[in-house]
Amino acid sequence: MSTLLAAAGSLEPAARSYLSPTGQEIVFLLVGALVLGAAVVSVTTRQLVHAALWLVVALGGLAVEFLLLTAEFVAWVQVLVYLGSVVVLVLFGLMLTRAPIGRSPEADSGNRPAALAVGAASAATLVTLVVDAFRSSWIDLSGAAGTTRLTGEYLFSHWVLPFEALSVLLLAALVGAIVLSRAKGGSADAKPRAGKLRTGLTKQKER
Amino acid sequence: MNLLDTLLRCVGTLVAFLVLPLVVGQAEHKVMAHMQGRLGPMYAGGFHGWAQLVADGVKFVQKENVVPAGADRRVFQLAPAVALLPYLLVLLVIPVGPDGMVGQVVDAGIFFVLAVMGIGVLGSLMAGWASANKFSLLGALRTAAQLMSYELPMLLAAASVAMAAGTVSLPGIVDAFHWWWVPWQLIGAFVFFTAGLAELQRPPFDMPVADSEIIFGAYTEYTGLRFALFLLSEYAGIVVLCGLTTVLFLGGWHGPFEDGLGWLWTLVKTFALAFVVLWLRVTYPRLREDQLMRFAWTVLIPLALAQLALTGIIKVAIS
Repeated sequence: MSTLLAAAGSLEPAARSYLSPTGQEIVFLLVGALVLGAAVVSVTTRQLVHAALWLVVALGGLAVEFLLLTAEFVAWVQVLVYLGSVVVLVLFGLMLTRAPIGRSPEADSGNRPAALAVGAASAATLVTLVVDAFRSSWIDLSGAAGTTRLTGEYLFSHWVLPFEALSVLLLAALVGAIVLSRAKGGSADAKPRAGKLRTGLTKQKER
Repeated sequence: MNLLDTLLRCVGTLVAFLVLPLVVGQAEHKVMAHMQGRLGPMYAGGFHGWAQLVADGVKFVQKENVVPAGADRRVFQLAPAVALLPYLLVLLVIPVGPDGMVGQVVDAGIFFVLAVMGIGVLGSLMAGWASANKFSLLGALRTAAQLMSYELPMLLAAASVAMAAGTVSLPGIVDAFHWWWVPWQLIGAFVFFTAGLAELQRPPFDMPVADSEIIFGAYTEYTGLRFALFLLSEYAGIVVLCGLTTVLFLGGWHGPFEDGLGWLWTLVKTFALAFVVLWLRVTYPRLREDQLMRFAWTVLIPLALAQLALTGIIKVAIS
Protein backbone atom coordinates (compact mmCIF):
# COMPACT_ATOMS: atom_id res chain seq x y z
CA MET A 1 0.00 0.00 0.00
CA SER A 2 2.76 2.38 0.91
CA THR A 3 4.35 2.52 -2.56
CA LEU A 4 1.14 3.57 -4.23
CA LEU A 5 0.30 6.01 -1.48
CA ALA A 6 3.73 7.56 -1.66
CA ALA A 7 3.33 7.99 -5.39
CA ALA A 8 -0.27 9.12 -5.31
CA GLY A 9 0.07 11.62 -2.50
CA SER A 10 -1.82 11.64 0.75
CA LEU A 11 -5.45 10.78 1.23
CA GLU A 12 -5.97 13.79 3.45
CA PRO A 13 -9.22 15.74 3.15
CA ALA A 14 -9.18 18.17 0.29
CA ALA A 15 -7.27 21.34 0.93
CA ARG A 16 -8.82 22.85 -2.15
CA SER A 17 -12.21 24.02 -3.21
CA TYR A 18 -14.63 22.18 -5.49
CA LEU A 19 -15.80 25.47 -6.91
CA SER A 20 -12.84 26.09 -9.24
CA PRO A 21 -12.47 22.88 -11.22
CA THR A 22 -9.55 22.36 -13.59
CA GLY A 23 -10.07 21.54 -17.27
CA GLN A 24 -9.23 17.90 -16.58
CA GLU A 25 -11.98 17.63 -13.98
CA ILE A 26 -14.55 19.20 -16.29
CA VAL A 27 -13.65 16.74 -19.04
CA PHE A 28 -13.85 13.91 -16.51
CA LEU A 29 -17.39 14.92 -15.55
CA LEU A 30 -18.49 15.39 -19.16
CA VAL A 31 -17.15 11.96 -20.18
CA GLY A 32 -18.83 10.50 -17.11
CA ALA A 33 -22.15 11.97 -18.20
CA LEU A 34 -21.59 10.50 -21.68
CA VAL A 35 -20.85 7.06 -20.21
CA LEU A 36 -23.99 7.22 -18.07
CA GLY A 37 -26.13 8.31 -21.02
CA ALA A 38 -24.74 5.60 -23.31
CA ALA A 39 -25.26 2.98 -20.61
CA VAL A 40 -28.89 4.03 -20.08
CA VAL A 41 -29.58 3.98 -23.83
CA SER A 42 -27.85 0.61 -24.06
CA VAL A 43 -30.27 -1.01 -21.60
CA THR A 44 -33.42 0.78 -22.77
CA THR A 45 -33.13 0.60 -26.57
CA ARG A 46 -35.28 -2.00 -28.28
CA GLN A 47 -32.78 -2.59 -31.09
CA LEU A 48 -30.52 -5.44 -30.04
CA VAL A 49 -27.38 -4.62 -32.02
CA HIS A 50 -27.70 -0.93 -31.19
CA ALA A 51 -27.62 -1.90 -27.51
CA ALA A 52 -24.28 -3.65 -28.06
CA LEU A 53 -22.93 -0.66 -29.99
CA TRP A 54 -23.98 1.76 -27.23
CA LEU A 55 -22.15 -0.57 -24.86
CA VAL A 56 -19.04 0.13 -26.97
CA VAL A 57 -19.51 3.87 -26.33
CA ALA A 58 -20.01 3.35 -22.59
CA LEU A 59 -16.98 1.06 -22.17
CA GLY A 60 -14.81 3.27 -24.38
CA GLY A 61 -15.82 6.28 -22.28
CA LEU A 62 -14.73 4.38 -19.17
CA ALA A 63 -11.32 3.84 -20.78
CA VAL A 64 -11.10 7.62 -21.32
CA GLU A 65 -11.92 8.11 -17.63
CA PHE A 66 -9.06 5.79 -16.67
CA LEU A 67 -6.77 7.80 -18.95
CA LEU A 68 -7.83 11.05 -17.29
CA LEU A 69 -6.92 9.46 -13.95
CA THR A 70 -3.45 8.76 -15.50
CA ALA A 71 -4.00 4.97 -15.26
CA GLU A 72 -2.82 4.38 -18.82
CA PHE A 73 -2.25 0.65 -18.54
CA VAL A 74 -5.70 0.02 -17.06
CA ALA A 75 -7.25 2.09 -19.85
CA TRP A 76 -5.61 0.06 -22.62
CA VAL A 77 -6.50 -3.21 -20.94
CA GLN A 78 -10.09 -1.97 -20.73
CA VAL A 79 -10.05 -1.30 -24.49
CA LEU A 80 -8.32 -4.60 -25.28
CA VAL A 81 -10.55 -6.82 -23.17
CA TYR A 82 -13.93 -5.10 -23.27
CA LEU A 83 -14.05 -3.33 -26.64
CA GLY A 84 -11.84 -5.70 -28.58
CA SER A 85 -13.05 -9.01 -27.18
CA VAL A 86 -16.18 -8.91 -25.03
CA VAL A 87 -18.26 -6.65 -27.27
CA VAL A 88 -17.06 -8.48 -30.40
CA LEU A 89 -18.13 -11.72 -28.71
CA VAL A 90 -21.53 -10.21 -27.82
CA LEU A 91 -22.03 -8.99 -31.40
CA PHE A 92 -20.91 -12.36 -32.73
CA GLY A 93 -23.44 -14.14 -30.52
CA LEU A 94 -26.22 -11.73 -31.52
CA MET A 95 -25.53 -12.06 -35.23
CA LEU A 96 -25.24 -15.82 -35.01
CA THR A 97 -28.66 -16.16 -33.39
CA ARG A 98 -31.06 -13.31 -34.06
CA ALA A 99 -30.23 -9.74 -34.90
CA PRO A 100 -32.90 -8.17 -37.06
CA ILE A 101 -32.49 -4.61 -38.27
CA GLY A 102 -35.03 -2.43 -36.50
CA ARG A 103 -36.94 -2.99 -33.29
CA SER A 104 -37.38 -6.45 -31.84
CA PRO A 105 -40.16 -6.23 -29.22
CA GLU A 106 -40.27 -10.02 -28.78
CA ALA A 107 -36.84 -9.82 -27.13
CA ASP A 108 -38.42 -7.95 -24.23
CA SER A 109 -39.01 -10.47 -21.47
CA GLY A 110 -41.07 -8.36 -19.06
CA ASN A 111 -38.35 -8.43 -16.44
CA ARG A 112 -37.80 -4.69 -16.59
CA PRO A 113 -38.92 -3.93 -13.00
CA ALA A 114 -36.74 -6.70 -11.56
CA ALA A 115 -33.77 -5.60 -13.66
CA LEU A 116 -34.30 -2.01 -12.60
CA ALA A 117 -34.41 -3.03 -8.94
CA VAL A 118 -31.22 -5.13 -9.19
CA GLY A 119 -29.44 -2.40 -11.15
CA ALA A 120 -30.42 0.33 -8.73
CA ALA A 121 -29.45 -1.77 -5.71
CA SER A 122 -26.00 -2.63 -7.05
CA ALA A 123 -25.42 0.96 -8.16
CA ALA A 124 -26.41 2.21 -4.69
CA THR A 125 -24.04 -0.30 -3.06
CA LEU A 126 -21.11 0.69 -5.26
CA VAL A 127 -21.69 4.44 -4.95
CA THR A 128 -22.01 4.16 -1.17
CA LEU A 129 -18.84 2.10 -0.99
CA VAL A 130 -16.76 4.50 -3.11
CA VAL A 131 -18.11 7.63 -1.45
CA ASP A 132 -17.58 6.17 2.01
CA ALA A 133 -14.06 4.96 1.16
CA PHE A 134 -12.73 8.23 -0.21
CA ARG A 135 -15.07 10.88 1.25
CA SER A 136 -13.49 14.24 0.43
CA SER A 137 -9.90 13.04 0.00
CA TRP A 138 -7.86 14.44 -2.85
CA ILE A 139 -5.48 12.28 -4.86
CA ASP A 140 -2.72 14.21 -6.59
CA LEU A 141 -2.42 12.88 -10.13
CA SER A 142 0.59 14.93 -11.19
CA GLY A 143 3.11 12.24 -10.13
CA ALA A 144 3.67 8.78 -11.57
CA ALA A 145 0.54 7.41 -9.95
CA GLY A 146 -0.71 5.19 -12.74
CA THR A 147 2.32 4.16 -14.77
CA THR A 148 2.58 0.60 -16.02
CA ARG A 149 5.57 -0.18 -13.80
CA LEU A 150 3.82 0.96 -10.62
CA THR A 151 0.57 -0.81 -11.53
CA GLY A 152 2.48 -4.02 -12.19
CA GLU A 153 4.52 -3.86 -8.98
CA TYR A 154 1.41 -3.11 -6.98
CA LEU A 155 -0.63 -5.86 -8.63
CA PHE A 156 2.01 -8.54 -8.12
CA SER A 157 3.12 -7.60 -4.62
CA HIS A 158 0.02 -6.45 -2.70
CA TRP A 159 -2.81 -7.92 -4.71
CA VAL A 160 -1.35 -11.26 -5.79
CA LEU A 161 -3.90 -13.35 -3.91
CA PRO A 162 -7.05 -11.71 -5.40
CA PHE A 163 -5.33 -11.78 -8.80
CA GLU A 164 -4.70 -15.52 -8.59
CA ALA A 165 -8.17 -16.15 -7.16
CA LEU A 166 -9.66 -14.38 -10.17
CA SER A 167 -7.55 -16.54 -12.47
CA VAL A 168 -8.93 -19.68 -10.80
CA LEU A 169 -12.46 -18.30 -11.17
CA LEU A 170 -11.90 -17.73 -14.90
CA LEU A 171 -10.47 -21.23 -15.24
CA ALA A 172 -13.57 -22.61 -13.53
CA ALA A 173 -15.77 -20.67 -15.96
CA LEU A 174 -13.75 -22.09 -18.87
CA VAL A 175 -14.13 -25.66 -17.64
CA GLY A 176 -17.83 -25.06 -17.03
CA ALA A 177 -18.31 -23.80 -20.58
CA ILE A 178 -16.61 -26.91 -21.98
CA VAL A 179 -18.74 -29.21 -19.81
CA LEU A 180 -21.96 -27.43 -20.84
CA SER A 181 -21.14 -27.55 -24.54
CA ARG A 182 -20.11 -31.20 -24.49
CA ALA A 183 -23.08 -32.54 -22.53
CA LYS A 184 -25.59 -32.27 -25.38
CA GLY A 185 -23.42 -32.96 -28.39
CA GLY A 186 -22.38 -36.42 -27.20
CA SER A 187 -25.47 -38.35 -28.31
CA ALA A 188 -25.20 -40.26 -31.58
CA ASP A 189 -28.66 -39.49 -33.00
CA ALA A 190 -27.88 -35.82 -33.39
CA LYS A 191 -26.32 -36.54 -36.78
CA PRO A 192 -28.66 -36.75 -39.76
CA ARG A 193 -28.64 -40.19 -41.37
CA ALA A 194 -27.42 -40.35 -44.93
CA GLY A 195 -30.08 -40.27 -47.64
CA LYS A 196 -32.93 -39.22 -45.40
CA LEU A 197 -34.69 -36.02 -46.32
CA ARG A 198 -35.05 -33.69 -43.37
CA THR A 199 -38.22 -31.63 -43.58
CA GLY A 200 -39.83 -29.17 -41.24
CA LEU A 201 -41.95 -32.01 -39.75
CA THR A 202 -38.99 -34.03 -38.53
CA LYS A 203 -37.47 -30.91 -37.09
CA GLN A 204 -40.61 -30.29 -35.10
CA LYS A 205 -40.59 -33.89 -33.88
CA GLU A 206 -37.05 -33.48 -32.65
CA ARG A 207 -38.16 -30.62 -30.50
CA MET B 1 6.18 19.52 -25.40
CA ASN B 2 4.63 22.67 -26.81
CA LEU B 3 1.60 22.99 -29.04
CA LEU B 4 3.49 23.53 -32.30
CA ASP B 5 5.57 20.41 -31.74
CA THR B 6 2.44 18.31 -31.07
CA LEU B 7 0.72 19.75 -34.12
CA LEU B 8 3.72 19.02 -36.35
CA ARG B 9 3.87 15.41 -35.16
CA CYS B 10 0.14 14.92 -35.81
CA VAL B 11 0.41 16.41 -39.31
CA GLY B 12 3.44 14.22 -40.03
CA THR B 13 1.54 11.12 -38.94
CA LEU B 14 -1.44 12.13 -41.06
CA VAL B 15 0.75 12.60 -44.14
CA ALA B 16 2.37 9.20 -43.55
CA PHE B 17 -1.10 7.71 -43.11
CA LEU B 18 -2.27 9.12 -46.44
CA VAL B 19 0.89 8.36 -48.44
CA LEU B 20 2.29 5.02 -47.23
CA PRO B 21 -0.86 2.92 -47.86
CA LEU B 22 -1.02 4.30 -51.40
CA VAL B 23 2.62 3.34 -51.96
CA VAL B 24 1.85 -0.18 -50.73
CA GLY B 25 -1.23 -0.32 -52.96
CA GLN B 26 0.70 0.78 -56.03
CA ALA B 27 3.47 -1.71 -55.16
CA GLU B 28 0.79 -4.41 -54.97
CA HIS B 29 -0.42 -3.56 -58.49
CA LYS B 30 3.07 -3.74 -59.94
CA VAL B 31 4.46 -6.64 -57.89
CA MET B 32 1.43 -8.85 -58.55
CA ALA B 33 1.51 -7.96 -62.23
CA HIS B 34 5.17 -8.80 -62.68
CA MET B 35 4.86 -12.04 -60.70
CA GLN B 36 2.01 -13.06 -63.02
CA GLY B 37 3.88 -12.06 -66.20
CA ARG B 38 1.89 -8.85 -66.76
CA LEU B 39 2.84 -5.21 -66.69
CA GLY B 40 0.10 -3.78 -64.48
CA PRO B 41 -1.07 -0.17 -64.81
CA MET B 42 1.14 1.66 -67.33
CA TYR B 43 -0.70 4.80 -68.46
CA ALA B 44 -1.96 6.95 -65.54
CA GLY B 45 0.61 9.63 -64.72
CA GLY B 46 3.01 8.67 -67.48
CA PHE B 47 5.87 6.84 -65.78
CA HIS B 48 4.86 3.19 -65.27
CA GLY B 49 1.37 4.21 -64.19
CA TRP B 50 2.47 5.73 -60.89
CA ALA B 51 -0.73 7.80 -60.55
CA GLN B 52 -3.09 4.83 -60.94
CA LEU B 53 -4.30 4.91 -57.33
CA VAL B 54 -4.76 8.69 -57.42
CA ALA B 55 -6.95 8.21 -60.47
CA ASP B 56 -8.79 5.40 -58.65
CA GLY B 57 -9.39 7.75 -55.73
CA VAL B 58 -10.87 10.41 -58.01
CA LYS B 59 -13.08 7.73 -59.56
CA PHE B 60 -14.31 6.56 -56.14
CA VAL B 61 -15.16 10.13 -55.10
CA GLN B 62 -17.29 10.62 -58.22
CA LYS B 63 -19.32 7.44 -57.68
CA GLU B 64 -22.78 7.56 -56.15
CA ASN B 65 -23.01 6.81 -52.46
CA VAL B 66 -25.70 4.13 -52.18
CA VAL B 67 -27.26 3.02 -48.90
CA PRO B 68 -29.43 -0.10 -49.36
CA ALA B 69 -33.15 0.42 -48.63
CA GLY B 70 -33.30 -2.18 -45.84
CA ALA B 71 -30.06 -1.11 -44.21
CA ASP B 72 -29.57 0.46 -40.81
CA ARG B 73 -28.54 3.85 -42.18
CA ARG B 74 -26.54 5.33 -39.33
CA VAL B 75 -24.56 2.20 -38.49
CA PHE B 76 -23.97 1.57 -42.21
CA GLN B 77 -22.55 5.06 -42.70
CA LEU B 78 -20.48 5.03 -39.52
CA ALA B 79 -18.78 1.69 -40.17
CA PRO B 80 -15.96 2.84 -42.54
CA ALA B 81 -14.80 5.45 -40.02
CA VAL B 82 -14.71 2.84 -37.24
CA ALA B 83 -12.66 0.56 -39.50
CA LEU B 84 -10.17 3.25 -40.56
CA LEU B 85 -9.51 5.45 -37.51
CA PRO B 86 -7.85 2.80 -35.28
CA TYR B 87 -5.00 2.40 -37.79
CA LEU B 88 -4.43 6.18 -37.79
CA LEU B 89 -4.18 6.10 -33.99
CA VAL B 90 -1.79 3.15 -34.06
CA LEU B 91 0.45 4.85 -36.62
CA LEU B 92 0.80 7.73 -34.16
CA VAL B 93 2.75 5.63 -31.63
CA ILE B 94 5.03 3.59 -33.92
CA PRO B 95 8.59 4.89 -33.43
CA VAL B 96 10.36 5.66 -36.70
CA GLY B 97 13.76 6.87 -35.58
CA PRO B 98 15.89 7.33 -32.44
CA ASP B 99 15.62 10.32 -30.09
CA GLY B 100 11.87 10.70 -29.98
CA MET B 101 11.13 10.37 -33.69
CA VAL B 102 7.62 9.15 -32.98
CA GLY B 103 4.20 10.72 -33.22
CA GLN B 104 3.43 10.34 -29.55
CA VAL B 105 5.23 8.44 -26.80
CA VAL B 106 2.84 6.10 -25.01
CA ASP B 107 3.92 4.41 -21.82
CA ALA B 108 2.20 1.08 -22.49
CA GLY B 109 2.76 1.16 -26.26
CA ILE B 110 2.29 -2.55 -27.03
CA PHE B 111 -1.00 -2.67 -25.18
CA PHE B 112 -2.21 0.49 -26.88
CA VAL B 113 -1.37 -0.86 -30.32
CA LEU B 114 -2.94 -4.28 -29.85
CA ALA B 115 -6.01 -2.87 -28.11
CA VAL B 116 -6.73 -0.25 -30.73
CA MET B 117 -6.08 -2.59 -33.67
CA GLY B 118 -8.74 -4.91 -32.29
CA ILE B 119 -11.35 -2.14 -32.52
CA GLY B 120 -11.02 -1.92 -36.31
CA VAL B 121 -12.83 -5.23 -36.56
CA LEU B 122 -15.91 -3.62 -35.02
CA GLY B 123 -16.12 -1.60 -38.25
CA SER B 124 -16.35 -4.76 -40.36
CA LEU B 125 -18.91 -6.24 -37.97
CA MET B 126 -21.03 -3.09 -38.12
CA ALA B 127 -20.76 -2.95 -41.91
CA GLY B 128 -21.72 -6.59 -42.33
CA TRP B 129 -24.71 -6.41 -40.04
CA ALA B 130 -26.06 -3.03 -41.17
CA SER B 131 -25.98 -3.95 -44.88
CA ALA B 132 -29.08 -6.16 -44.53
CA ASN B 133 -27.49 -8.70 -46.84
CA LYS B 134 -26.86 -12.31 -45.87
CA PHE B 135 -23.49 -12.45 -47.62
CA SER B 136 -22.38 -9.36 -45.71
CA LEU B 137 -23.54 -10.92 -42.45
CA LEU B 138 -21.64 -14.14 -43.23
CA GLY B 139 -18.54 -12.07 -43.95
CA ALA B 140 -18.91 -10.21 -40.67
CA LEU B 141 -19.31 -13.47 -38.75
CA ARG B 142 -16.20 -14.90 -40.36
CA THR B 143 -14.35 -11.69 -39.52
CA ALA B 144 -15.33 -11.93 -35.86
CA ALA B 145 -14.46 -15.62 -35.60
CA GLN B 146 -11.09 -15.00 -37.23
CA LEU B 147 -10.29 -12.06 -34.96
CA MET B 148 -11.11 -14.00 -31.82
CA SER B 149 -8.90 -16.92 -32.85
CA TYR B 150 -5.90 -14.88 -33.96
CA GLU B 151 -5.90 -12.18 -31.29
CA LEU B 152 -4.54 -14.61 -28.69
CA PRO B 153 -1.37 -15.81 -30.54
CA MET B 154 -0.66 -12.19 -31.53
CA LEU B 155 -0.86 -11.05 -27.91
CA LEU B 156 1.31 -13.94 -26.72
CA ALA B 157 3.98 -13.21 -29.33
CA ALA B 158 4.01 -9.53 -28.40
CA ALA B 159 4.21 -10.48 -24.71
CA SER B 160 7.32 -12.52 -25.47
CA VAL B 161 9.10 -9.44 -26.87
CA ALA B 162 7.95 -7.33 -23.94
CA MET B 163 9.41 -9.96 -21.61
CA ALA B 164 12.70 -9.97 -23.47
CA ALA B 165 12.98 -6.17 -23.39
CA GLY B 166 11.61 -5.76 -19.88
CA THR B 167 9.35 -2.92 -20.99
CA VAL B 168 6.02 -2.46 -22.77
CA SER B 169 6.95 0.85 -24.39
CA LEU B 170 7.70 0.62 -28.12
CA PRO B 171 10.74 2.98 -28.20
CA GLY B 172 12.00 1.18 -25.08
CA ILE B 173 11.81 -2.17 -26.87
CA VAL B 174 13.79 -0.89 -29.86
CA ASP B 175 16.36 0.64 -27.51
CA ALA B 176 16.84 -2.72 -25.79
CA PHE B 177 17.26 -4.58 -29.09
CA HIS B 178 20.39 -6.61 -29.93
CA TRP B 179 21.05 -8.46 -33.15
CA TRP B 180 20.77 -11.88 -31.49
CA TRP B 181 17.15 -11.14 -30.67
CA VAL B 182 16.27 -12.00 -34.27
CA PRO B 183 17.07 -15.74 -33.94
CA TRP B 184 15.87 -15.71 -30.32
CA GLN B 185 12.43 -14.28 -31.19
CA LEU B 186 12.14 -15.90 -34.62
CA ILE B 187 9.15 -18.09 -33.74
CA GLY B 188 7.42 -15.15 -32.10
CA ALA B 189 8.01 -13.02 -35.18
CA PHE B 190 6.47 -15.71 -37.40
CA VAL B 191 3.44 -16.04 -35.12
CA PHE B 192 2.96 -12.27 -34.83
CA PHE B 193 3.24 -11.62 -38.55
CA THR B 194 0.97 -14.52 -39.51
CA ALA B 195 -1.67 -13.66 -36.92
CA GLY B 196 -1.49 -10.04 -38.04
CA LEU B 197 -2.09 -11.08 -41.64
CA ALA B 198 -5.12 -13.05 -40.49
CA GLU B 199 -6.41 -10.08 -38.53
CA LEU B 200 -6.09 -7.89 -41.63
CA GLN B 201 -7.89 -10.54 -43.70
CA ARG B 202 -5.11 -10.59 -46.25
CA PRO B 203 -4.68 -13.65 -48.46
CA PRO B 204 -4.24 -16.53 -47.67
CA PHE B 205 -6.49 -15.64 -44.70
CA ASP B 206 -9.15 -13.78 -46.70
CA MET B 207 -12.11 -16.06 -45.97
CA PRO B 208 -14.24 -13.10 -44.74
CA VAL B 209 -14.04 -11.43 -48.17
CA ALA B 210 -13.84 -14.61 -50.27
CA ASP B 211 -15.20 -13.25 -53.56
CA SER B 212 -15.99 -16.66 -55.05
CA GLU B 213 -18.26 -17.56 -52.11
CA ILE B 214 -19.70 -14.48 -50.45
CA ILE B 215 -19.08 -11.74 -53.04
CA PHE B 216 -17.04 -9.32 -50.94
CA GLY B 217 -18.13 -10.16 -47.41
CA ALA B 218 -19.01 -7.24 -45.18
CA TYR B 219 -18.17 -4.67 -47.88
CA THR B 220 -20.50 -6.05 -50.57
CA GLU B 221 -23.05 -3.24 -50.35
CA TYR B 222 -20.58 -0.37 -50.17
CA THR B 223 -19.91 1.99 -53.07
CA GLY B 224 -17.92 5.10 -53.77
CA LEU B 225 -15.93 6.83 -51.07
CA ARG B 226 -17.02 4.54 -48.24
CA PHE B 227 -15.78 1.50 -50.13
CA ALA B 228 -12.51 3.32 -50.82
CA LEU B 229 -12.16 3.98 -47.07
CA PHE B 230 -12.45 0.25 -46.36
CA LEU B 231 -9.78 -0.47 -48.97
CA LEU B 232 -7.59 2.27 -47.49
CA SER B 233 -7.97 0.74 -44.04
CA GLU B 234 -6.73 -2.60 -45.41
CA TYR B 235 -3.57 -1.03 -46.83
CA ALA B 236 -3.07 1.15 -43.75
CA GLY B 237 -3.33 -2.11 -41.81
CA ILE B 238 -0.50 -3.60 -43.89
CA VAL B 239 1.68 -0.57 -43.14
CA VAL B 240 0.87 -0.76 -39.43
CA LEU B 241 1.45 -4.51 -39.18
CA CYS B 242 4.78 -4.34 -41.04
CA GLY B 243 5.87 -1.32 -39.00
CA LEU B 244 5.00 -3.10 -35.77
CA THR B 245 6.79 -6.30 -36.77
CA THR B 246 9.82 -4.17 -37.67
CA VAL B 247 9.76 -2.40 -34.32
CA LEU B 248 9.14 -5.51 -32.21
CA PHE B 249 11.20 -8.17 -33.96
CA LEU B 250 13.60 -6.61 -36.49
CA GLY B 251 15.11 -3.88 -34.37
CA GLY B 252 13.37 -0.83 -35.86
CA TRP B 253 15.94 1.86 -36.63
CA HIS B 254 19.02 -0.27 -35.81
CA GLY B 255 21.45 -0.64 -38.71
CA PRO B 256 24.55 1.01 -40.16
CA PHE B 257 24.59 4.83 -39.70
CA GLU B 258 21.57 4.59 -37.39
CA ASP B 259 22.16 8.03 -35.89
CA GLY B 260 21.44 9.82 -39.14
CA LEU B 261 19.56 7.27 -41.19
CA GLY B 262 17.56 5.46 -38.49
CA TRP B 263 14.20 6.46 -39.99
CA LEU B 264 15.31 5.09 -43.36
CA TRP B 265 16.11 1.70 -41.83
CA THR B 266 12.64 1.53 -40.29
CA LEU B 267 11.05 2.36 -43.63
CA VAL B 268 13.24 -0.13 -45.55
CA LYS B 269 12.42 -2.96 -43.15
CA THR B 270 8.72 -2.05 -43.20
CA PHE B 271 8.55 -2.11 -46.96
CA ALA B 272 10.55 -5.34 -47.17
CA LEU B 273 7.88 -6.92 -44.95
CA ALA B 274 5.12 -5.32 -47.02
CA PHE B 275 6.67 -6.98 -50.08
CA VAL B 276 6.41 -10.32 -48.27
CA VAL B 277 2.71 -9.61 -47.62
CA LEU B 278 2.12 -9.04 -51.33
CA TRP B 279 4.25 -12.05 -52.24
CA LEU B 280 2.16 -14.31 -49.99
CA ARG B 281 -1.00 -13.06 -51.68
CA VAL B 282 0.26 -14.17 -55.09
CA THR B 283 1.73 -17.45 -53.81
CA TYR B 284 -0.82 -19.16 -51.57
CA PRO B 285 -4.42 -20.16 -52.23
CA ARG B 286 -7.10 -19.20 -49.72
CA LEU B 287 -7.45 -21.32 -46.59
CA ARG B 288 -10.81 -22.91 -45.83
CA GLU B 289 -12.64 -21.74 -42.69
CA ASP B 290 -11.96 -24.93 -40.71
CA GLN B 291 -8.31 -25.01 -41.82
CA LEU B 292 -8.03 -21.39 -40.71
CA MET B 293 -9.34 -22.14 -37.22
CA ARG B 294 -7.27 -25.30 -36.88
CA PHE B 295 -4.14 -23.39 -37.91
CA ALA B 296 -4.73 -20.76 -35.23
CA TRP B 297 -5.51 -23.12 -32.36
CA THR B 298 -3.22 -26.07 -33.09
CA VAL B 299 -0.20 -24.36 -34.68
CA LEU B 300 0.08 -20.69 -33.78
CA ILE B 301 -0.95 -20.80 -30.11
CA PRO B 302 1.36 -23.72 -29.18
CA LEU B 303 4.19 -22.01 -31.08
CA ALA B 304 3.53 -18.74 -29.25
CA LEU B 305 3.49 -20.52 -25.88
CA ALA B 306 6.75 -22.29 -26.75
CA GLN B 307 8.28 -18.92 -27.66
CA LEU B 308 7.13 -17.49 -24.32
CA ALA B 309 8.76 -20.37 -22.46
CA LEU B 310 11.97 -20.00 -24.48
CA THR B 311 12.07 -16.26 -23.83
CA GLY B 312 11.58 -16.83 -20.11
CA ILE B 313 14.31 -19.48 -19.88
CA ILE B 314 16.91 -17.43 -21.75
CA LYS B 315 15.94 -14.25 -19.93
CA VAL B 316 16.50 -15.94 -16.57
CA ALA B 317 19.72 -17.56 -17.81
CA ILE B 318 21.37 -14.32 -18.94
CA SER B 319 20.23 -12.06 -16.13
